[in-house]
Amino acid sequence: MIRFENVGLRYGMGPEILRDLSFQIEPQSFQFLTGPSGAGKTSLIRLLFMSLRPTRGLIKVFNRDLSVIDKQELPKLRRKIGVVFQDFRLLDHLTTYENVALPLRVIGKEEAEYRSDVIDLLKWVGLGDRMHVLPPVLSGGEKQRAAIARALITRPEVLLADEPTGNVDPPLARRLLRLFIELNKLGTSVVIATHDIALLEQVDARRMVLADGRLSIFD
Amino acid sequence: MAETQDEKNQGGGKKPASGSDVKPPRRMIRPKRSGGPKKKPAAQPNQPDLGDAAKLRPAAAIVPPQSVAGRALTLVVAIMSFLACLTVGAVSVVWDAADAWQNDLVREITIQIRPNEGVDMLREIDKAVALAQEFPGIGSVRALSDAETKSLLEPWLGEGLELEGLPVPRLIQITVDDPELLNLDQLKSLVSQQVSGASVDDHSIWTSRLSAMAGAVVIGGVAIMVLVLGSMVLSVVFATQAAMAGNKDVVSVLHFVGAEDSFIAREFQRHFLMLGLKGGVSGGLAAILCFIVLDMLTRQSSGQAGTDQLSALFGPVSVSLPGYFGVFGVIFLVAILTALTSGLAVKAHLAKVD
Repeated sequence: MIRFENVGLRYGMGPEILRDLSFQIEPQSFQFLTGPSGAGKTSLIRLLFMSLRPTRGLIKVFNRDLSVIDKQELPKLRRKIGVVFQDFRLLDHLTTYENVALPLRVIGKEEAEYRSDVIDLLKWVGLGDRMHVLPPVLSGGEKQRAAIARALITRPEVLLADEPTGNVDPPLARRLLRLFIELNKLGTSVVIATHDIALLEQVDARRMVLADGRLSIFD
Repeated sequence: MAETQDEKNQGGGKKPASGSDVKPPRRMIRPKRSGGPKKKPAAQPNQPDLGDAAKLRPAAAIVPPQSVAGRALTLVVAIMSFLACLTVGAVSVVWDAADAWQNDLVREITIQIRPNEGVDMLREIDKAVALAQEFPGIGSVRALSDAETKSLLEPWLGEGLELEGLPVPRLIQITVDDPELLNLDQLKSLVSQQVSGASVDDHSIWTSRLSAMAGAVVIGGVAIMVLVLGSMVLSVVFATQAAMAGNKDVVSVLHFVGAEDSFIAREFQRHFLMLGLKGGVSGGLAAILCFIVLDMLTRQSSGQAGTDQLSALFGPVSVSLPGYFGVFGVIFLVAILTALTSGLAVKAHLAKVD
């Protein structure tokens, strides 16, 4: 699905912050990406999501070589990948419902086509009664769930979550984790970037550990 | 696949990791990759609470509709449109006036007979009148009476003038019915040949000067409009760049949910089209209001010295129908220019973003 071979990344003329990363995200797999703060987890997530280009190495996303992909093709590939950011990135002038429906709107779907799906999904993530409110009114956990719902609404093949439990209390963190597991069982590959040890201990899954720019994988 | 420690402790690993609180909507189930042809999950009879759907507002614009910068740009566009519409109105008034003057002059010709020694002036006048009357295209021919000639000279030479003692040229006023039929050159040559001391003045110098003046006013008006619209386009370019910078988060979110650049450009273009329409309509309406007030004021104050001077020069100072059409044209142009400019600016900005 996504394959990295000897990938390196540096910002500008700075030192290489990711070095010789080689791994693969398999279909329907579940993995944690972990490591200390500043280890480069978010940069790796951005590489996986094609919002950064590597300074060296090969990245293949859905069998397409990222170095030769035209800029116009990126949106179609990105639609197969859902992303949940640590800072949610919800649009404050859109309601929870509109934020979750956004990925469907950008692919030109009519509201009548997706209305019931969005409402169902919002109920699934426990935001059924918060769908008409604007994000500034939502709590951290609610924002997190709205961001997850937005990432899931297009039924992505891969879900990337950057510190998805960083802003929520432990019970909600466990609930969100169960949600990701359920999603994985339904066929979506999941990558969760976290440095929350408690979260890692709850699930027996592949661990990708970033330290000093290098990646160690524990299957 | 992942399984929680709870599941493992339960010895199963097959059971769902959670309780019913995370049971997904059936549409979320992805078709399994292995085994059998790919089949889309059958459409589920989703029946969401009608109350939820009913409470939904119409989908909000993806680009935030108003901001301080947006309001300031609307005001700038409104002011620019107002100035452009005023220019159109002024050009229309001058153009109409020049047209009216030109029409009047084209339909009037004067024969001037200068006194020569030993020539009977009255006989020459009669000869010229008779000659002119026979010409095709001529409506009426009338020699100015002594009294009329005196009144023409009075401002310069004073009252109690005796024309007999002065070498005063006499004038014959000719009204042209059909300028197409009239052969002016033939009339000129016949009059100068057959009437002693006579010449035909067709006011061509005046008409050419008027045409030149009207043309200069129109060129000036167009130049002012181009400048006004040019500054508006520049303002829109800067405002679009500011809007893109201000809405960086929106652009970034749109990118990661898979929006194409053309979609993002369209959303911003729609935003600026509405802004341009608002500004253009406000400026245009304000200009129309000005025209109406000016028209009313000139009508009310007719009889006063200043207004009469103005009316003598321009006729009734009111914007004609083509002037109003021009205003609507400016509003349309402003909205389209705003949308096009912003669209291009957004595309240029997005091209730089990887």
